[in-house]
Amino acid sequence: MIGGLFIYNHKGEVLISRVYRDDIGRNAVDAFRVNVIHARQQVRSPVTNIARTSFFHVKRSNIWLAAVTKQNVNAAMVFEFLYKMCDVMTAYFGKISEENIKNNFVLIYELLDEILDFGYPQNSETGALKTFITQQGIKGQPQTKEEQSQITSQVTGQIGWRREGIKYRRNELFLDVLESVNLLMSPQGQVLSAHVSGRVVMKSYLSGMPECKFGMNDKIVIDKQGKGGTTDEPGKSGKQSIAIDDCTFHQCVRLSKFDSERSISFIPPDGEYELMRYRTTKDIILPFRVIPLVREVGRTKLEVKVVIKSNFKPSLLAQKIEVRIPTPLNTSGVQVICMKGKAKYKASENAIVWKIKRMAGMKESQISAEIELLPTNDKKKWARPPISMNFEVPFAPSGLKVRYLKVFESKLNYSDHDVIKWVRYIGRSGIYETRC
Amino acid sequence: MPAVSKGDGMRGLAVFISDIRNCKSKEAEIKRINKELANIRSKFKGDKALDGYSKKKYVCKLLFIFLLGHDIDFGHMEAVNLLSSNKYTEKQIGYLFISVLVNSNSELIRLINNAIKNDLSSRNPTFMCLALHCIANVGSREMAEAFAGEIPRILVAGDTMDSVKQSAALCLLRLYKTSPDLVLMGEWTSRVVHLLNDQHMGVVTAAISLITCLSQKNPDEFKTCVSLAVSRLSRIVSSASTDLQDYTYYFVPAPWLSCKLLRLLQCYPPPEDGAVKGRLVECLETILNKAQEPPKSKKVQHSNAKNAILFEAISLIIHYDSEPNLLVRACNQLGQFLQHRETNLRYLALESMCTLASSEFSHEAVKTHIETVINALKTERDVSVRQRAADLLYAMCDRSNAKQIVAEMLSYLETADYSIREEMVLKVAILAEKYAVDYSWYVDTILNLIRIAGDYVSEEVWYRVIQIVINRDDVQGYAAKTVFEALQAPACHENMVKVGGYILGEFGNLIAGDPRSSPLVQFNLLHSKFHLCSVPTRALLLSAYIKFINLFPETKSTIQEVLRSDSQIRNSDVELQQRAVEYLKLSSIASTDVLATVLEEMPPFPERESSILAKLKKKKGPGAVSVNELEEGKREGGELNGGGERGDNSAIAASNASTPSPSADLLGLRTGPPVTAAAPSAGSLLVDVFSEAGVNDDGFLRDLEPPTESSDSLLAEGPGDSDSAPPSVVSEDPATPLPESNELLNKFVCKNNGVLFENQLLQIGIKSEYRQNLGRMYLFYGNKTSVQFITFTTTVTCPGELQSQLNVQSKPVEPLIEGGAQVQQVINIECLTDFSDAPLLNIKFRYGGALQNLTLKLPVTINKFFQPTEMASHDFFQRWKQLSLPQQEAQKIFKANHAMDTEVLKAKLLGLGMALLENVDPNPENFVCAGVIQTKAQQVGSLLRLEPNAQAQSGEQMYRLTVRSSKDTVSKRLCELLAEQF
Repeated sequence: MIGGLFIYNHKGEVLISRVYRDDIGRNAVDAFRVNVIHARQQVRSPVTNIARTSFFHVKRSNIWLAAVTKQNVNAAMVFEFLYKMCDVMTAYFGKISEENIKNNFVLIYELLDEILDFGYPQNSETGALKTFITQQGIKGQPQTKEEQSQITSQVTGQIGWRREGIKYRRNELFLDVLESVNLLMSPQGQVLSAHVSGRVVMKSYLSGMPECKFGMNDKIVIDKQGKGGTTDEPGKSGKQSIAIDDCTFHQCVRLSKFDSERSISFIPPDGEYELMRYRTTKDIILPFRVIPLVREVGRTKLEVKVVIKSNFKPSLLAQKIEVRIPTPLNTSGVQVICMKGKAKYKASENAIVWKIKRMAGMKESQISAEIELLPTNDKKKWARPPISMNFEVPFAPSGLKVRYLKVFESKLNYSDHDVIKWVRYIGRSGIYETRC
Repeated sequence: MPAVSKGDGMRGLAVFISDIRNCKSKEAEIKRINKELANIRSKFKGDKALDGYSKKKYVCKLLFIFLLGHDIDFGHMEAVNLLSSNKYTEKQIGYLFISVLVNSNSELIRLINNAIKNDLSSRNPTFMCLALHCIANVGSREMAEAFAGEIPRILVAGDTMDSVKQSAALCLLRLYKTSPDLVLMGEWTSRVVHLLNDQHMGVVTAAISLITCLSQKNPDEFKTCVSLAVSRLSRIVSSASTDLQDYTYYFVPAPWLSCKLLRLLQCYPPPEDGAVKGRLVECLETILNKAQEPPKSKKVQHSNAKNAILFEAISLIIHYDSEPNLLVRACNQLGQFLQHRETNLRYLALESMCTLASSEFSHEAVKTHIETVINALKTERDVSVRQRAADLLYAMCDRSNAKQIVAEMLSYLETADYSIREEMVLKVAILAEKYAVDYSWYVDTILNLIRIAGDYVSEEVWYRVIQIVINRDDVQGYAAKTVFEALQAPACHENMVKVGGYILGEFGNLIAGDPRSSPLVQFNLLHSKFHLCSVPTRALLLSAYIKFINLFPETKSTIQEVLRSDSQIRNSDVELQQRAVEYLKLSSIASTDVLATVLEEMPPFPERESSILAKLKKKKGPGAVSVNELEEGKREGGELNGGGERGDNSAIAASNASTPSPSADLLGLRTGPPVTAAAPSAGSLLVDVFSEAGVNDDGFLRDLEPPTESSDSLLAEGPGDSDSAPPSVVSEDPATPLPESNELLNKFVCKNNGVLFENQLLQIGIKSEYRQNLGRMYLFYGNKTSVQFITFTTTVTCPGELQSQLNVQSKPVEPLIEGGAQVQQVINIECLTDFSDAPLLNIKFRYGGALQNLTLKLPVTINKFFQPTEMASHDFFQRWKQLSLPQQEAQKIFKANHAMDTEVLKAKLLGLGMALLENVDPNPENFVCAGVIQTKAQQVGSLLRLEPNAQAQSGEQMYRLTVRSSKDTVSKRLCELLAEQF
């Protein structure tokens, strides 16, 4: 179990230190700073073992969060907890920064007391936490005894993430499918590796204790239906359904039901939460294709031409497109010509950055650059790092489709049709690279 | 630093550095650096010429980035350009960059050297200094090669500025330290010595470091420096503190220079010239006097400087060891320091006294401080100081105070630090032995030692006790009684059990008369410890039991019962089991007479160096103690104790110190006494106790020797076998030939017969003849020892691609070579095609039980298959021109290794197998040869031209060798082979 939790700033100064168990001493704080934060190597392992003590860390901008333990804990659990903790903090005071942490340190200690008990993670549901850990004074929000006891029964009850008696005039529901697509492609256009990691994020404003059921084009479900009902053509169903490699759910989802029927049913928390996370590797729609052309002209010149092609419906618009073309370390000057967008040589990043605001599907655009090189005396060849890309597209590159989201509330008199539902797909680039 | 002084400050650099300092994270820093690098690159692009200032600024930035830990792969050229600037700051930054960043194999080194050369020859002293500093900072071999000749010239030139001289001296010192072979002595050496007389103290200080270093290597060449140093020293010592102005440090005149002078004098024996010596003694006395004066300042620097000179003077006095008066005074001075409140001073005093104690003049004086030293041992807070105190006690010990010192050391041992306990134990053991007047005291002391610090008592210590007890009749009874009593303690150390077991086994009968220690009581006492002991001790106890059977027949049945028990006779340890079985049988079968003979009392051990002493020496390394011991031995040569023990010791210690180790000695006995079973085990220290037993007895206790210390280890890791052959013989890996085998190979390029290899055991002779592409080789293996070699096998292998180039067949040899005998082996060789490697000959045999394994290269080289071809001048040059493709020619220019004797050269070329063509080359000095290499696959015609040049540059004799042949690999290989020959 987690023995202690520390938060450091970029210099390695401790901002928050909370020790849950006696086996973690003060020196653990310094051990992490010396061995990890101030380590010489650029790449650090997220798990570090120093003197029989394990340190698990995540970094948010310039802030280090480290969980420490002497026991043999489940590493995945610790990281899940750390991520959750980041979410909770973000929900309370926005961006995680040194400034914010310093300003809210009382709150953070309060939160840490609540979500970790003797090193065991407790309820870390933001919605629930917000009911009893507040940021305003007690005065501003007078709580009756009744309410307080309600909180206790809720937090310790079966459905810890939702309190009873929520009422909305308008029952509304927002569903976002957020995906990030990762790709590594060879210069010839061969896909070396590709996967999509996605999240389904919901914002629900529903009255009472509604029971929801979420359906998507999961291949297993579709195939089962196909068998049970009319036999569809296998090719057709293959196109519409997707194979999910693995997925995790929010605690509100009834896992037993998912295991037996593969249906996702749950009583949602109030407000914003992440319903599920998943990963797919098959039949990924690659929104962009990058075609690089690098030519070395003598020892002092390099010609680069990059063509990008958008590969989706012409009616859709991709946004925030950014192509990053790495330049050799001995670049002494760059001339860029591009048809669309803006391109600039950024010396501090050793790259040409080409930005396009919007681009419709089935289009192509190109950039060409002449790079002048300074002759160096060592013969080391340039390693040619891959060209990377960033973008945002309004569809899910995995092919995931939301088939339905049904809401049942038996006690209150509103039905599925009365709920206003909004669905949105956003596909973003993860590590989207093409070798050149 | 003038580089960033206000007027000439580089604002850009300052801004850049402050930007970096203000970076919040590593990433931000890297971004900033990348930006800066790109900026510098665009500036260096070469479109427009940069002025010196900006060049300097950017080079400075690069340097800063490099020092932050980033790679810099450009800008070197700009830095080199800065070297030729006329501004000091620009030049300085250029040199700084180069000494930090440029590695020796860079292409720029020529340019740099050129720039340095220019600066050296300029008349500007600051530029010269910069150049010299750069040379010293880089200090590479290449630098030494380029400038080793130039710097001495600058150093001794009359018109060189003082500051330059200073730099030149230190620069030369640095070059001398890195590559002494390149700094050649010459006429400048005598002039360097005269720098000691220089007006400028800085020059003297710099020069003296150089001279000290040089004179350590060639003391004779710099002998004249002694008198100069003495006069310089006396001038400094006698000067008033204000005379030297800049060189007076806290009222002490030129302390560094004084220390260096004193240290230089320590390289030489006392001056013979009376006047010089008188002056020196006067100086030393003045220094000692000054130590008595009240300090002129309360500052610590003042006393530090003063004491530094004093200690250096004392070590010079100790080094001379000839002035009793000075030695005693030094000792008294140190005695004062022993009670100083400064710990460092106490430490130094103890250390110096340690060496003083070994001088005959001051030994008595040192002894007067015994109380203080003992007190130091007890009360000092720092372990290193206590260690020194213990050393000093050891050094000052003699017969008069041995009892006191040993008692003190023993009592200290109980509380001593773990780190020095083992050493203390050894010291106590040695002192107790060396100064023992009555041996009962000795036995008491050692048993006490084992009781107090049993864990730290090494094997050697208790071996030695037994050795001494066995050799001295008068102490045996007492020893038996004492160990018997000691063993009665409920918990006693295993080492005590070992000693007890051995001594009771030998001399138990001496105390058996007393009913309290009757045989059975003795046995029961020993056996009560048996189960608590480790296997080797148990083995020893079993041997003691069988001895008991001999000594006291009445215990026979009891002991047999014990031996017969399952825990012995079926012990899982083979050694114990074997002993139990053998002893049981021995006791039941053999008659009393046989038993008495077999289990006779141990004969006295031969006197040899105390193994403990050897151990202590090994622990300390070849440093102070061994020298100390040596002198000790000399001094005490007369008053020996116990049976000439001491004299023997020192003799061996002396021979030991003068390089050849005992084990090497033993191997060196080629024709000496028969190298019997005792010899192979001589390397192990255990022999001290047990080797004689091995020769005389049936092997009682002989197998006590731990199996690891067998004769292999003697050959493999004899402590002092630095002398070539024997250790390298035992190379475990058969595939790697001896390191010298390449040289051996070269020896046979031009001759066919001779001795291929020789060491102390084996000689290999060779005789070979070649015809066309076939050859036959006779190998003669001679056994140089008097012991036979068994399982003698040889194998010839062709490594790698040689297998397809050479066909080698060897006939097997006799597996047994008698001592002094010789066997012959025939090897047939067929050359299939040209080759460049040589076949390997692997020889394995057993000598005195140890496996010897050695691998040599067989001297089969491509030129052996030459067929000489005679031709006229005209023909020769025609063919020479035909072979004009660049890859057909191989050329090498090399220095002559031997004198240029025409006849010798001719003989060598003829030996090569080619025809030596007279009157072909227009220059009669040159040699030309022609020949055809016969291989099975093809014939390769080869032409050779050797041009000696007796007066090449720098007066060395050089050769130019050109080989042209129709096959490129042949030309190359021939050229390689021949280059080593002349």
